[in-house]
Amino acid sequence: MSKEEIIEKINEFLVEEFEVDADAIAPDADLKNTLDLDSLDYVDLVVEIESNFGFKVKPEDFTGIITFQNFYDYIINKVESK
Amino acid sequence: MSRVVITGIGIYSTLGVNLEEVKNSLYTGKSGIGIDPDRDAIGFRSPLTGVIPKPNLKEYLKRRDRVGLPDQGEYAYLSTLEAMKIAGIDEDMLLKEDVGIIFGNDSSAKSVIEASDTIRLKKDTTLTGSGSIFQSMNSTVTMNLSTIFKLRGINFTVSAACASGSHSIGLGYLLVKQGLQNKVICGGAQEINYQSMGSFDGLSTFSMRTDAPEKASRPFDKDRDGLVPSGGAATVIIESLESAQKRGATILGEIVGYGFSSNGDHISRPNVEGPAKSLEMVLKQAQLTPKDIQYINAHATSTPIGDLNEAKAIKSIFGDARPYLSSTKSMTGHEMWMAGASEIVYSLLMMKNGFIAPNINLNTPDDEVKDINFAYETVNTEFDTFLSNSFGFGGTNSSIIVRKF
Repeated sequence: MSKEEIIEKINEFLVEEFEVDADAIAPDADLKNTLDLDSLDYVDLVVEIESNFGFKVKPEDFTGIITFQNFYDYIINKVESK
Repeated sequence: MSRVVITGIGIYSTLGVNLEEVKNSLYTGKSGIGIDPDRDAIGFRSPLTGVIPKPNLKEYLKRRDRVGLPDQGEYAYLSTLEAMKIAGIDEDMLLKEDVGIIFGNDSSAKSVIEASDTIRLKKDTTLTGSGSIFQSMNSTVTMNLSTIFKLRGINFTVSAACASGSHSIGLGYLLVKQGLQNKVICGGAQEINYQSMGSFDGLSTFSMRTDAPEKASRPFDKDRDGLVPSGGAATVIIESLESAQKRGATILGEIVGYGFSSNGDHISRPNVEGPAKSLEMVLKQAQLTPKDIQYINAHATSTPIGDLNEAKAIKSIFGDARPYLSSTKSMTGHEMWMAGASEIVYSLLMMKNGFIAPNINLNTPDDEVKDINFAYETVNTEFDTFLSNSFGFGGTNSSIIVRKF
């Protein structure tokens, strides 16, 4: 799976699960604020990652992730190291 | 002591998804029973069930408010929304007043089972998702609705088997009567999925009359062969008379008595003495005589022993008073945790619209109780006082009397 395909897949599930307007998603945008995430929502982010990419992460792994680009990089890195 | 009135009702049931639809179904004697073919495939004895549409709450609630709602929580949200509209309770009022909530609910099996399946399959508890715990607890309805509607009063769930909904109204009534609350949102909610019904089916309690689902639930009829599981949600908003009059609310009825008892007997087989005691108590509380009651909405679920024993209890207390009697479970099936609340809603709709809903499928009652004044067909009649019975496993009994105000 290419980086572009991974990013496209991530955007698709974020729009679907967190009901955010696709236009609001941008690499430099703030992930938490854009998706209106509270502490419970990170649990659902874990569920979506497992469901879409087949690997498990922990809610605490998101600590250093601020922007969508950070999130893409984190997932791409995980996919490539599988 | 405050007088206690009902200012709002709402319903989401197998007879319709709002008050107007349900009123029409009650009047015409329409059944809400059908077949779930999946139940045959997974080993149920009976595929009979109440049939209810899955709500779509996307247009009403944001994601965070939806993910913690199980099936019965979704039904309860919609019935409560309807009841609040009828009662004239809006967001502004909820911010200014301490409105409470007490709902009857005694399971949330589907959510528990799905979470357990996920953990077993994935070996990871996080993958159950953030809504699972809030869907899984018996208090799921009150914890979700109190959050969604920003309620600041009393807040808990009653788990009392098939009398849960009735006791929720009874307890709300006592709190308002004591002056501890001005408004309490009461009700009952019942999931209808197969996950919640399997072990009950296993007791051979459900009707096997699959050739004609609409004829399967037949309380008091000699040919009854068991109940049909069903569900949905009903909301009954109760309020002190002073509060209702002060704000000019429409009063739908006055709760004048709450009777209760415990059989102290078998866990599942009902007796006569327990229900009779609850009936005696509610009449005493209401300071009414049997002749004052014009309609009884029976608990009768279409089981051979339960219906007969309830009829005997009613006969022993009401003697020759002979109020009309019907079990709306003949149409809805057994709404269990919801039934005590929904049957107050059904009876209020009848009282308001001048009719008594029929006990459909009742052709021939048992010999010992054949002189009871059953409503075999819809009866067009004005009435001003009714009694609603609800009984449950463990021998819990609840009876409520409501009068026209």
